[in-house]
Amino acid sequence: MATRKPEPLVFELSRPGRGATAQYPAAEAADVPEAFRRRQPPPLPEVSELQAVRHYTRLSQLNFGIDTHFYPLGSCTMKYNPRACNSLAMLPGFLGRHPLAQVSTGQGVMACLFELQEMLKHVTGMAGVSLTPMAGAQGEFAGVAMIRAYHRARGDLARTEIIVPDAAHGTNPATATMCGMKVREIPTLPDGDVDIAALEAALSPATAGIMLTNPSTLGVFERRIVEIARKVHAAGGLLYYDGANLNAILGKVRPGDMGFDVIHMNLHKTFSTPHGGGGPGSGAVGVGQRLLPYMPVPVVAREGELYRWLDERDLPESIGRLSGFMGNTGVLLRAWVYMRILGAAGMRRVAEYSTLNANYLLARLKEAGFDAAYPGRRASHEFIVTLKRQAREQGVTAMDFAKRLLDHGYHAPTTYFPLLVPECLLIEPTESESREELDGFVEALSAIRREAETDAAAVKSAPHTMPVRRLDDVRAARQLDVAWKPAAT
Amino acid sequence: MPYIPHTSEDVRAMLDRIGVGTIDDLFDEIPKALRIDALEGVPDALTEMDVARLAGARAAADGLPLNFIGAGAYEHHIPAPVWALVTRGEIYSAYTPYQAEASQGTLQIMYEYQSMIAGLNAMDVSNASLYDGASALAEACLMAVRAHRRSKSARILMPSTVNPAWRHVARAITEGQGLKLDAVPYDAATGRIDPKSLAAFAGEDITAIVVPQPNFFGQLEDVDALTRWARANGALVIAAVNPVSLALLSPPGEWGDGGADIACGDAQPFGVPLSSGGPYVGFMACRMEHVRQMPGRIAGRTVDTEGTPGFTLTLQAREQHIRRAKATSNICTNQGLLMTAATIHLALLGPAGLARVARACIARTNDLVAALGQLPGVRAAFSGPRFHEAVLKLDRPVAPLLESLAAEGIIGGFDLARDYPELGDALLVCATETRTRADIESYARALGRALGRPKAA
Amino acid sequence: MSSNPADLRYTRSHEWLRTLPDGTIEIGITDHAQQALGDLVFVEVPEPGRRLAAGDACAVVESVKAASDVYSPIAGEVTAGNPKLATEPELINRDPYGEGWIMRLKPAGGAASETLDAKAYEAVAAAGG
Repeated sequence: MATRKPEPLVFELSRPGRGATAQYPAAEAADVPEAFRRRQPPPLPEVSELQAVRHYTRLSQLNFGIDTHFYPLGSCTMKYNPRACNSLAMLPGFLGRHPLAQVSTGQGVMACLFELQEMLKHVTGMAGVSLTPMAGAQGEFAGVAMIRAYHRARGDLARTEIIVPDAAHGTNPATATMCGMKVREIPTLPDGDVDIAALEAALSPATAGIMLTNPSTLGVFERRIVEIARKVHAAGGLLYYDGANLNAILGKVRPGDMGFDVIHMNLHKTFSTPHGGGGPGSGAVGVGQRLLPYMPVPVVAREGELYRWLDERDLPESIGRLSGFMGNTGVLLRAWVYMRILGAAGMRRVAEYSTLNANYLLARLKEAGFDAAYPGRRASHEFIVTLKRQAREQGVTAMDFAKRLLDHGYHAPTTYFPLLVPECLLIEPTESESREELDGFVEALSAIRREAETDAAAVKSAPHTMPVRRLDDVRAARQLDVAWKPAAT
Repeated sequence: MPYIPHTSEDVRAMLDRIGVGTIDDLFDEIPKALRIDALEGVPDALTEMDVARLAGARAAADGLPLNFIGAGAYEHHIPAPVWALVTRGEIYSAYTPYQAEASQGTLQIMYEYQSMIAGLNAMDVSNASLYDGASALAEACLMAVRAHRRSKSARILMPSTVNPAWRHVARAITEGQGLKLDAVPYDAATGRIDPKSLAAFAGEDITAIVVPQPNFFGQLEDVDALTRWARANGALVIAAVNPVSLALLSPPGEWGDGGADIACGDAQPFGVPLSSGGPYVGFMACRMEHVRQMPGRIAGRTVDTEGTPGFTLTLQAREQHIRRAKATSNICTNQGLLMTAATIHLALLGPAGLARVARACIARTNDLVAALGQLPGVRAAFSGPRFHEAVLKLDRPVAPLLESLAAEGIIGGFDLARDYPELGDALLVCATETRTRADIESYARALGRALGRPKAA
Repeated sequence: MSSNPADLRYTRSHEWLRTLPDGTIEIGITDHAQQALGDLVFVEVPEPGRRLAAGDACAVVESVKAASDVYSPIAGEVTAGNPKLATEPELINRDPYGEGWIMRLKPAGGAASETLDAKAYEAVAAAGG
């Protein structure tokens, strides 16, 4: 029942000789020598400026975003992205600056970055921060690479294993592999905490470190974190904190105080820089004293009243450079604006109100008859509902609920992650949502549950009101069509 | 409370519903000894107006100097519609399109972007972008090792004419997996790789060679000869290209006999502002036979249950959320917002507009080299064709000259002393279509004045 | 419930083995495994000539939502990978014990992984193994 006419590809709007000519520079005769020349012009579209504007405006309207819909995507922290963060990061002096211009012409932007580094140090309880990783996964890479560098610098070459709980985000094991480490997975107890006996069994002289998310991806705080840290340190390993869920504890408890040696933060989650349809992210890393020499460069330093970049000459044991320049500066500026507007008290409120919203939503969903995956536990800023019962009794899966939610005007929670909870919805409401919005979401999920009992087919064939119905993923993978090609001439 | 909508009545009602007395009670599973009461060292809140004033003063202090640096980040005109569209909330505040039905806009933009990047490079497929050009090159090296099954050496030839920062990044990212990056020297007269110098590697197990075009000096490499050498010696070819140049230059897919295997670079020149260093947008395209080794998100066109065409993420089994420790990369997202900017930018320029931009870049850089080359003590370092950058040799150290130019509001170029000490006092300059002849004359006059002053002792 | 041919041997990791008349061993994945994976979209088969030890990962089967390694229960040299799977991965869904075979191996002897008969395998599969 999709009523919308599909928006054509921009290539299908193209007509030879058309163009947004106001954007063209004046014609020049200069060219590359004949031997280097391209034989055919590139197959780019030829459309008018209005056609392009209308096309991309229409495409944008096919999306859900935080600005248009409640977006309780667990583990992604889809909170309001304040507009001020964008407009101030795009001030001409910041926006037009070439990254390699003399630092004497960049003292303004560097002051902001330095303050950001300092604020992040204090909120995480770490000794140093490097802002260069360009996404959470790159921050993870930096973290594990630093752990590797630390052991190697001590001549301890046997430490080649990274311990990862089975509940971890997939980037954790993938990162360990990228760093040349072997992954040792340990199980989680039925109450959501790490299985300490299994951890002890996994620890050995080969242990380089452990990667933990706390609160975990199961939406609960790891209660024995101090004991875990003691055991890992006693075995000669280091502790890596995946900052995916930092939002839940901001200003309430600090990873450095828990005993972590290195942390990455997702500034696009906790500090509200935009997700942008999947990036840019920013994965700043914080380190304890032991790892200071290995931080990725460059790092901003203040000397007297002047800021400068610390590079390989200042940090000769650095793991090196991870980006072409100094990371996603524009994203960092947005995080700086956000943190300055929140201030110390505002950051604590982030944890408090995101936790309040999650626990309220969990309480209401339990009342409405949904099953919490960890019913005996307090929710952090997110929690898991399992639809195992609904799947068994009505044959309606978490995926079906997710798709039907779209018809009710809500973006779906994260589905099928973490992998250990069957038929799960990982729900993260964030602090920026109102009680009315949460109540509406409970109503929608309850309505879907009732519908599943009376008309399961309607749920299983959802969505009904989106631009498209459920898409054929199998065909997409088997008959790969990933680029438009011009018709052969 | 900034960005928090709760009234005190809401809080009370919500706590009652949960069955606790205070918000603090919700943190009771966290050991007491760990909890803190206040954040030390973080300043108090400012209003939006206060932050705007502070940011405005700092941005103004950084000013708007006239820029003549490229070196991996290029200043181009950005059409007004690009960022007006990119910052629409439906694009700006959406996430990775996990729910395809509610993300058809983002997915179709990915598909259009992939088509444009594949077309520009004359390759079969493109991913939906990576972080930046430097990390894209690192990922391309890792990908080549996976794709080239017969090669056991994990050895990549990395010419010295590749952007030095990109080489640093490639080393940092590939080191853990044991890749060996071997330097290839450049010819001192032409500033490009002499294909004959590769003879030293003939008969060895080389996984891939990186071929930059244009190279870091702005010089055009003999990409056909280099690609043929790689084919003859069983190595894959990784092209590292400036995408603007592809309006005019032979695309990687058509190099030599059979083309490059992987093409990568930074699409920052398409609608992405310099922005003090990022975020930019790495691109990667490849031949179909290597697609399963390619990292990053890929959107595909398919149909829905009623046969209506639509878009979805595809080939996800390569990725970390499914393959975990065996994934092709730990990469999670793409560079969505910047990818969108690049797509809209390319749609507006089209083939004719992009060719004009490329020609204007060549013309302005030629003007710049001619104007500066007339000054005493300044000459072009290399002969041979170039794109939109050039190396100048000077008769004295570059750094102090650049400082004095900066004081006059001119960013005069990139000092090569650190990365290429063998070149002596050398400066890499760039002029895109955004530099006018008048801009170039101001630069020449300012440099003339600086050179007219006695050399520092 | 799937029916597993009684003349085959099975592994706990859901491979099956068939001894061909010339002594070559044919290996595939079980009906239970293909059902758990769902519609397959890609299969990577080993190249002939590759030498495998028992327990080596030798192939990858991919559906839209999962990717799984296939392990060789015995040591040997690969004599063939099923060439049809490159374009028709769905053969494994349609005919896991016939046209959907993955590779053939000339056994080298030596240590092998534990194998089960059909009945014992069915118990493993039913237990959600």
